Amino acid sequence: MKKILVRTTVIALLIAAIMSLTGCSSGVVLNVFNWGEYMDETLIDEFEKQTGIRVNYKNYATNEELLAKLEAGGSSYDVIFPSDYAISELIKKDMLLPINYDNIPNYKYIDDRFKGLDFDPENKYSVPYFWGTIGILYNKDMVDDPVDSWDILWNEKYKGQILMKKDVRDTIGAALKKLGYSMNSTNDNELAEAKELLLAQVPLVNGYYGDEIRDLIANGDAAMGLTYSGDAMDLYWEGFENIGYGVPKEGTNVWYDCMVIPKTSKHKDEAERFINFMLDPDIAFKNSEAMGYSSPNLKVIERMRQEYPEVFELPAYWPDEEILEKSEVYLDLGDYKSKYNDILTEVLAR
Amino acid sequence: MKKTLRILAYPYVVWMVIFIVVPLFLILFYSFTKGDIHDIGSLEFSVESYKKVAEPLYLKVIGDSFLLAFISTAICLVLGYPVALIIANTDQKYRSLLMMLFLVPIWMNFLLRTYAWMSLLSPNGLINRFLTAIGLPRLEIMPGNAAVLLGMVYNFLPFMVLPIYTVLSKIDKQVLEASSDLGGNKVVTFTRVILPLSIPGVVSGITMVFLPAVSTFVISGLLGGGKTPLIGDMIEQQFLFARNWHFGSSLSIILMVMILISMAVMSRIDKNNQEEGGKAR
Repeated sequence: MKKILVRTTVIALLIAAIMSLTGCSSGVVLNVFNWGEYMDETLIDEFEKQTGIRVNYKNYATNEELLAKLEAGGSSYDVIFPSDYAISELIKKDMLLPINYDNIPNYKYIDDRFKGLDFDPENKYSVPYFWGTIGILYNKDMVDDPVDSWDILWNEKYKGQILMKKDVRDTIGAALKKLGYSMNSTNDNELAEAKELLLAQVPLVNGYYGDEIRDLIANGDAAMGLTYSGDAMDLYWEGFENIGYGVPKEGTNVWYDCMVIPKTSKHKDEAERFINFMLDPDIAFKNSEAMGYSSPNLKVIERMRQEYPEVFELPAYWPDEEILEKSEVYLDLGDYKSKYNDILTEVLAR
Repeated sequence: MKKTLRILAYPYVVWMVIFIVVPLFLILFYSFTKGDIHDIGSLEFSVESYKKVAEPLYLKVIGDSFLLAFISTAICLVLGYPVALIIANTDQKYRSLLMMLFLVPIWMNFLLRTYAWMSLLSPNGLINRFLTAIGLPRLEIMPGNAAVLLGMVYNFLPFMVLPIYTVLSKIDKQVLEASSDLGGNKVVTFTRVILPLSIPGVVSGITMVFLPAVSTFVISGLLGGGKTPLIGDMIEQQFLFARNWHFGSSLSIILMVMILISMAVMSRIDKNNQEEGGKAR
């Protein structure tokens, strides 16, 4: 039900945005394309008020959808928010504009450990936005074992109570990690093993979903599900005390979503102003507070520690250093990704 | 006069060519090629993606889609015909009101309605909470094919009722009077007069339900928990996630061909029926 409300509000906001666009004929319109429910949208109004630049805000649901839309051409997005492996693919395909940091003085607030990551070693193209992990969201009333390992997703005890993600990388990654392999494996034998493991899991799985997992777990429709740390934080802020989030001790995927400017952008300066605005300590704090995701912004981390010290105890907000060391960032798989796609199709159709 | 009228049709023809004919040829083109879709010059002729469609995995997906579409069309027909009959026999004053009540749900976005069914049917959803509260056993259909069928029937039922209702309401009342004058009771009147006369409506109802049902997606993902991927889901998957346009295109072509065959069969039935009707007269 909540989801529906959110959707209607988004639609209403979009209509309002379109109407306001037609009302205003002067000035630049910045096309911002972001994940659904991934930005405090009141900040957009604030940006418009501050700069007079109109923002046309739209949403996508997965990295793959974003890449597909960019590749299909005909789009003119100015700021997009892909994750690590999608960024490295976009860099490889020469689809991004290098960022001029003179226009982004607030970049100094980004914690050094989020700079120069593998997918963009010199930070030529990307500015970190949020980061997090993939883990297991669970209902404490329905699960009495500790949720600290991928094994629980294969536990017969929870037959019909497990939700997996209809996402090629996440679901196959969980199986690979359970087997002790890399989530970026391109080894045919390792993937064959992961496929067998996922096929064996099918009878235990209630369903394969996308963003719906959060609401299904919160509603008690299933006991546990694979999802992003942000979903757990979202429920935490909403006061769902019976919902927990475990990061498997074998390690998981750590992701970094960044702001980048596609090559097709016609408003690079304005896009950089937008990125700079999003890094402003107050704005970034408001955004992180509203969305619940962990920010890479030092000022935000500082203020969160003062105002909400308890969230640093939560694995969803601040995962264990040890587990992080065992975790991996997704890499672009190149042509090998068709293999991953086939495996997921086979698992779903079984 | 005739000429000016013809000119009025040009925008539509241009529209058709740009947005229907050209894309169809593009799909056909991509389905028979392989290579980087962004470099059209590098594409080579290939039937690779059709070979992939013929793999047992995808044949099963196609089979499932047709089976589910067939069942949901049959349910729609069984449920929809009596509804159309009832509405058509209602007093003129209430007819449009009844029809409107029936159509109100489709004013709402189909995705929203499917999400609403999700919160109704889910294991801990409204229906189950109600059933548990009054001590009845729970309804465990979501996720599963039963829930998918329910979602399809719910979404497509109006498309069955509308054409049947239209045909039924146009049947000349004098024909029915003639039937009873000649000694036909209600059953005979129905089986020998009303039913044969309503076949064109039934045929277009079946087509209008079967087509969206066989190519549906989202419903199977949301209400079926993604466990019975249908051909529509596969096509979406290829274009939006896997980015394999060649495979997505050949799936679309196969779907189109199969739909064309089903439509040809349906129109043959319709035609035979009309000829028989002619003979009887």
